[in-house]
Amino acid sequence: MPKSDAPTASGRQVPLVDYLILGSDPHLEASECTQCQARFFDRRNACASCSGTEFKRVRLANDGTVRAFTIVTFAAPGVPVPFVSSVVDCDGTSVRANLINVDPTPEKLSTGMRVRLTTYSLGTDDDGVDAIGFGYEPV
Amino acid sequence: MAENVWILGIHMTKFGKHPDKDTVDLASEAALGALSDAGVSMKDMGILAAGNLMAANAGIGQQLQKQIGQTGIPVYNVANACATGATALRTAVMAVKAGEVDYGLAVGVEKLAGAGLLGAGGRTASEGHKWDPKGRYGAVAPLDGRVGTETMPGVFAQIGMEYGHKYGGTSFELFAKISEKNHAHSTLNPLAAYTKRMTLEEIMNDVMIAYPNTRPMCSANCDGAAAAVVVSDSKLKTLSAEQRRRAVKVAASVLTTDPWEEACQVLPNVNSLTRNAARQAYESAGIGPEDLNLVELHDCFATAELVHYDNLMLCEEGGAADFFNSGASWRDGKTPVNVSGGLQSKGHPIAATGIANIWEVCTHLRGEAGPRQIEGAKVGLAHVIGLGSACGVHILEKAA
Ligand SMILES: [Zn+2]
Repeated sequence: MPKSDAPTASGRQVPLVDYLILGSDPHLEASECTQCQARFFDRRNACASCSGTEFKRVRLANDGTVRAFTIVTFAAPGVPVPFVSSVVDCDGTSVRANLINVDPTPEKLSTGMRVRLTTYSLGTDDDGVDAIGFGYEPV
Repeated sequence: MAENVWILGIHMTKFGKHPDKDTVDLASEAALGALSDAGVSMKDMGILAAGNLMAANAGIGQQLQKQIGQTGIPVYNVANACATGATALRTAVMAVKAGEVDYGLAVGVEKLAGAGLLGAGGRTASEGHKWDPKGRYGAVAPLDGRVGTETMPGVFAQIGMEYGHKYGGTSFELFAKISEKNHAHSTLNPLAAYTKRMTLEEIMNDVMIAYPNTRPMCSANCDGAAAAVVVSDSKLKTLSAEQRRRAVKVAASVLTTDPWEEACQVLPNVNSLTRNAARQAYESAGIGPEDLNLVELHDCFATAELVHYDNLMLCEEGGAADFFNSGASWRDGKTPVNVSGGLQSKGHPIAATGIANIWEVCTHLRGEAGPRQIEGAKVGLAHVIGLGSACGVHILEKAA
């Protein structure tokens, strides 16, 4: 897995998850089964679709369409609410992510809305490393 | 030719708060009730399958035996998310079908009253320390809340919203109306955890948990147990006329898991595995959805009930909103759904639910459902789904 422990002006950055690729052009990457093209975001032992074991890294489109969302107002302790959870269709690949930079109200949200990947800081740790999260914002 | 299997006895406890009873008390009450309903005893049982999810490593089956009869029979402790009870029953059914035993006992029990939100990771954030990549996603922090939601209300909310996006016709109000129906149905069920009719306004104005599911639109955490005694066809023939009359045929017993599909690892797909289970069950029973006199389906959230109308083929594909709006799923409708009050008001003691749904259907087929009896019920379907995912579908038929 590529690690984007990339230096920046203010220090080093680390992505929230392995499949978020940082740098000047942040985007998501998936592991794609070379046999059946099924895509995965986690570390794989084999393909859930065809049991193949060969994968290649593929870049996902940064633009997508909201296929489902919910506004979560009750969550586990320590999870800030409300937040908008969604499933975004990025050119045929589904991504689970928060919708951000939008009012978490039913009036401001709809399935079918066009969104784009964006990143934000989760804060720095004791070593000054900045964790970078991602979400989708309305286009 | 594999044996036909019958439910000879079945019992459920009152669902709700049982502060003075532990899981073994509740499991015992259900098991002894089912044995007595069947007119047999522990000594007759050839296998015990016991389900309990929250203490799945505690060996509830053996604990139960120690209370009600240690006869040395094989015990299967099963845990399969919210399909645990259905899995326990299916385990007993398989043993009878295989011809290994004549009688099997299946039990599901859960103590859940006062439990908080289920399904969340529960890890706390670790800001201010060290961002340290962990796990299969190389995550430096818990993902729940940062990369969508992992909680059940949120997951099932999205499942309902996705259905609406695909087929149209849904709204917050429509989902709330489904809940209104189930709470209305629960007023006739003395074993339900909640039996209070709620207005649409009350439901819509209650606390929002995960849009569009407000609190009364979510399954109610509670305590409860249910148990069933199953018997082989050949053994049933040797029993009394009264036992034969009250026996309910297990016309289909099916368990499925998710097939691979794009997105199924991003948002659990509760649709395909339910559709597959329903298809197999109808085929195996030789019964179609139009023949069903009642359905108990897994309405863990109001949004879930809608999609399962479609998945269980109670309507045409994409027609779930129209199906509901036609009044079909009310108790006086074409296909009454969740006349027990469903998980939203009857309650959802996880491992008990699968057998409790079957209890409800059996009680109607026996004509013993009192004021909430669906008149002339001959065939019913019981469905449960647990995320991960597992789906159980049973079709039950009144004795001829
Ligand atoms: Zn593959």
